[in-house]
Amino acid sequence: MEEVKLMKGNEAIAHAAIRYGFDGYFGYPITPQSEVLETLEELMPWETTGMVVLQAESEVAAINMVYGGAASGKAVMTSSSSPGVSLKQEGISYLAGAELPALILNVMRGGPGLGTIQPSQADYFQATKGGGHGDYHLIVLSPATVQEMADFVGLGMDLAFKYRTPAMILADGIVGQMMEKVVLPPFRPRRTAEQIAEQCPWAATGKGNRKHRNVITSLEMDSARMEENNHRFQRTYEEIRKNEVRFKEYYTDDAEYIIVAFGTVARICLKAIEDARKQGIKVGLLRPITLWPFPTEALASLAGRVKGMLTVELNAGQMVEDVRLAVNGRIPVYHFGRMGGMIPNPGEVLDALRANFPEIK
Amino acid sequence: MKEEIIIAGFGGQGVLSMGKILAYAGLMHDLEVTWMPAYGPEQRGGTANVTVILSDSSISSPIVDSYDTAVILNQQSLDKFERKVKPGGTLLYDPYGIHHAPTRTDINIVPVEAMLKSVELKNAKTYNMILLGALLAKRPIVPVEAVIKGLRKTLPERHHHLIPLNEQAIEAGMKLVE
Repeated sequence: MEEVKLMKGNEAIAHAAIRYGFDGYFGYPITPQSEVLETLEELMPWETTGMVVLQAESEVAAINMVYGGAASGKAVMTSSSSPGVSLKQEGISYLAGAELPALILNVMRGGPGLGTIQPSQADYFQATKGGGHGDYHLIVLSPATVQEMADFVGLGMDLAFKYRTPAMILADGIVGQMMEKVVLPPFRPRRTAEQIAEQCPWAATGKGNRKHRNVITSLEMDSARMEENNHRFQRTYEEIRKNEVRFKEYYTDDAEYIIVAFGTVARICLKAIEDARKQGIKVGLLRPITLWPFPTEALASLAGRVKGMLTVELNAGQMVEDVRLAVNGRIPVYHFGRMGGMIPNPGEVLDALRANFPEIK
Repeated sequence: MKEEIIIAGFGGQGVLSMGKILAYAGLMHDLEVTWMPAYGPEQRGGTANVTVILSDSSISSPIVDSYDTAVILNQQSLDKFERKVKPGGTLLYDPYGIHHAPTRTDINIVPVEAMLKSVELKNAKTYNMILLGALLAKRPIVPVEAVIKGLRKTLPERHHHLIPLNEQAIEAGMKLVE
């Protein structure tokens, strides 16, 4: 059995990337996720698996290195925090437009602008609604534990390969910085050139015996063809919506109220719910694990049997819009948020529930 | 068993590393563990704190409303966290640099002269281990052997010759509050 280790979420990401068999990591340091690059540099995977670890000259350079690696069928990733992820948006849109698989980690800090280095979830809109230009979506995974930080590296890259689309791990600064127990995924060798050619027949791996050249581009000057490309992207997104929605429910069976929260905040809410249940308040939790695709149907079905919902987020109210769309006006949906790096404690969550639903004693 | 602990003081006093050693000791003792730092500018001379939770069942929130035990190393942290200790809980503090001692009567208040002791031991860096010793004497959440194992895990090997010194500091801390 694998040893149980104690480490930060950011460190777990680095270990998991090496063990997955990533071919390359390209990044630029920024708090609160610098431990990803630091841990990779410390572990020196180029000496063992041959994985490239490169500190680029900027976030923009790093995402374009990812584009290059992905275009040749390699398993590649980058990581940053909010302001750095904003810089990467052009490259992310190009990855989506060129149908390239890649993994992007955003360990969110408070914004806008340089903001603060303290935890936040204010990049929900950016991650789930397309932070770059054009009609595209990322697969967005929201880890709540250090274990999930480790697990979502492999899951994210697998999904990215499966659908030929970039995936993002959208973590808050808390789960990046906190230490918990983790069992790291098993070591897998990096894929050979033959395996890459087989898995990614579209990749720019050299013409070889093929009759045609594989061209990787997001550019299409013929409008009719570009519309066809867009239709193809949308069909992919529809497939993802159908197959990849992930969420967890806690105490929802007899719940009269539902809290919806993602990432570490869901854990704070779970503690609040445990406390509330001791006081006889029937409240449950739905934690979206995929923020895109969003668990719309699960929320719609809950809306048919509860009195109201409250989203708790480290922002001014972003995911609440998706919850309201899912609920479609059938029950009231409120939002409670802290911003700027402030984190609510379980007591505050319970107070917010009572403030929004005064009938709760 | 579940112990929710806050350790708070100035950056540089070894607050985060004391929490880390405690967390590793919990890991060695087969407990569930979360270590949640208030990091950032705090590390550069301001106040720093870390929440460590040790539990024999799974831990939902790494952030809590109140604490079973607080280890307080400066006035700002005392002002902030004295009221957040659960009734019946324990507050250990180093009186060095404290102008207004804690006043609550519903918690166990334990002064630990750790700064003076570290001077006596002629090694300021033993400061946090003296406090850890005092904490374990008052709240034996994990055995000292687990702490030593934790030290082995957290210290790079080139520093392993310092482990006996740390053990002495833990013992000195335990004696301080006997």
